Amino acid sequence: MRLADLLQFNSRLLLRQWFRTLMILLATGVGVCAVLLLTGLGEGARRFVLDEFSLLGNDVLIVLPGRKETTGGLPPLTGEGTRDLTLEDALAVSRLPGVQAVAPLVVGLTMVNSGGRQRELMVVGTSAQFFTIRGLQLQSGLGLPVMPLDQVAPVAIIGTEVRQELLSEGPVLGAWLRAGGYRLRVQGLLQEEGVSLGTDMRKAVLIPVASAMQLFDTQGLFRLFVQVQNPDLIPQVRERIEQLIQARHGGELDITLVTQDAVLGVFNKILNLLTLSVAFIAGISLIVAGILIMNITLISVSQRTKEIGLLKALGAADKEIHWLFLSEAILLALLGSLLGVVVGYLVLWIAHTLWPLFPVAVPFWALSGAVGVALGVAVLFAWLPASRAARLPPVQALRGDLQNAQR
Amino acid sequence: MIRLEQLCKQYRLGGETVTALDQFTLEVSAGEYLSVMGPSGSGKSTLMNMLGLLDRPDSGEYWLNNTAMSTLSEEARAAQRNSQIGFVFQAYHLIDRLTARENIELPLVLKGEAPGQRRPQVQALLERLGLDRHADHLPHQLSGGQRQRVAIARAVIRKPALLLADEPTGNLDSHSGSEVIALLEGLNQEGITLLVVTHDQAMGERARRRLWMRDGQLISDSAGADHAAG
Ligand SMILES: Nc1ncnc2c1ncn2[C@@H]1O[C@H](COP(=O)(O)OP(=O)(O)OP(=O)(O)O)[C@@H](O)[C@H]1O
Ligand SMILES: [Mg+2]
Repeated sequence: MRLADLLQFNSRLLLRQWFRTLMILLATGVGVCAVLLLTGLGEGARRFVLDEFSLLGNDVLIVLPGRKETTGGLPPLTGEGTRDLTLEDALAVSRLPGVQAVAPLVVGLTMVNSGGRQRELMVVGTSAQFFTIRGLQLQSGLGLPVMPLDQVAPVAIIGTEVRQELLSEGPVLGAWLRAGGYRLRVQGLLQEEGVSLGTDMRKAVLIPVASAMQLFDTQGLFRLFVQVQNPDLIPQVRERIEQLIQARHGGELDITLVTQDAVLGVFNKILNLLTLSVAFIAGISLIVAGILIMNITLISVSQRTKEIGLLKALGAADKEIHWLFLSEAILLALLGSLLGVVVGYLVLWIAHTLWPLFPVAVPFWALSGAVGVALGVAVLFAWLPASRAARLPPVQALRGDLQNAQR
Repeated sequence: MIRLEQLCKQYRLGGETVTALDQFTLEVSAGEYLSVMGPSGSGKSTLMNMLGLLDRPDSGEYWLNNTAMSTLSEEARAAQRNSQIGFVFQAYHLIDRLTARENIELPLVLKGEAPGQRRPQVQALLERLGLDRHADHLPHQLSGGQRQRVAIARAVIRKPALLLADEPTGNLDSHSGSEVIALLEGLNQEGITLLVVTHDQAMGERARRRLWMRDGQLISDSAGADHAAG
């Protein structure tokens, strides 16, 4: 039998039992679609996180106050160290050999007003180096002044939303803001960008670190970014920083050093695992579809027993009968997969147009895996009923007697 | 062309053993026209199934064109059924989702012939059997006589040497029945070897050679004198 004839024969059959066909297509389609959607979202989440954290170069070390005992896990999100990481520590680190630049970070929420308007905003105290380390771009004006870390200055760089909320009228540069008891002159406007490192720079007010420490009345840094001269130096510089801080903190190593690679590695692992497990769960629905296909094949064999007998009487060999029923199952699985893939990609495409910032992407292994499993399951489950049909003796099949088929 | 030697076939029904064919021996030459008659349960269908390679005997041998059929693999038997044997059933056995044309075409499809080769053969046969107006009808749109003619067309599309008809008129009124018989006889006149099982005495009498069966045995053969001698 030619392939074209086989296809025509089967499609006639599937069209005739269109409702049953539709159910199978839906079951398989939903399974494939679920795998694509869930892995698409999982992979999207992974890329999102990676993109976020990749904003820092691979030559940057992050120093967090507080010791995290177990290595390899996530660093503590807030520094609950025994001893503050101070501005003097930052200065000392900046003088270590191999260190290119340091950017201390102090973060807090505070009321900021301008004219009659008032907003609670995130004030970020840092240094001019933060702009290079973090890759921040200015739309207009100047960045933070290059000056000693312990020097205060009444200046601010603001994000785009701060401008909209507080300074929508009149010029931005040169405008005055009030934060706590301090007056700040706006001297730069940040470029629009997404949320990164958990910080929405659009809603941030950047000021010199010493000013922020006064404003929040704190001695401790939230964290310290250290840029090394080249990525190969990371291990040495890391050791030097640990020794230095240990010496400065009375012999106690109460900081945690994190590299971007470590953070990314952990996130990557967790998110990959997540994607894999949702794919697996969605894959179970494909097994369900497979069982449905087996039932359909069983029903098909029992309803078409006489037809099997006839085809055999007309000269169909056992393996042709086997292939006839198997191909019916394969056709169903293929069409169902196609349906699932089309719908899945359509939904992901819609999601992408709605939330362009979130990078949804189906990994190739999920696509090929879903279709592969759908097909594999169909073949696996249809094999038995199909071979049962193939083994039927022609006389018996012509009588419509399926009973003693297995002898 | 056909030689059956001591063919036996038994069925087990519950605890009882039914002998459907009992030491059945027969010889048929190419081009003959035979009718097979006998009471219900005498083994006529069993005989036809053996001749049509739809079933295997318990013992004995079936020679078709000087080949012992018991030596063939299941696949080779299927090929024989496709090329050498045409079967006409009482119940037509048409595939109800396929049109008359597609039903007739089936043996060619199973053989793997290309559509371009199949079409003229089917068309010629449709015209010959007066079915061309019904070529694209589904079986349920056809009368019983038309259905049986489609089934006959399907049986002979591969130009087999042997045509077996098991009560081909059993479901038909007498008019369509005699049409069908005339058709079969026409095919026989063109050279096909024809065996017809029938309950209809008059119909059976039309055959040049008539067999009578009872309890799985051949009890009378109109060509008996020669065969008994031979
Ligand atoms: N599959 C079967 N299982 C059990 N017994 C069977 C089977 N097929 C046939 N028989 C028995 O074998 C014997 C011969 O059956 P067969 O069908 O050949 O008779 P027949 O001459 O064709 O009868 P009818 O004229 O009613 O069609 C009968 O006794 C029947 O009951
Ligand atoms: Mg019978």
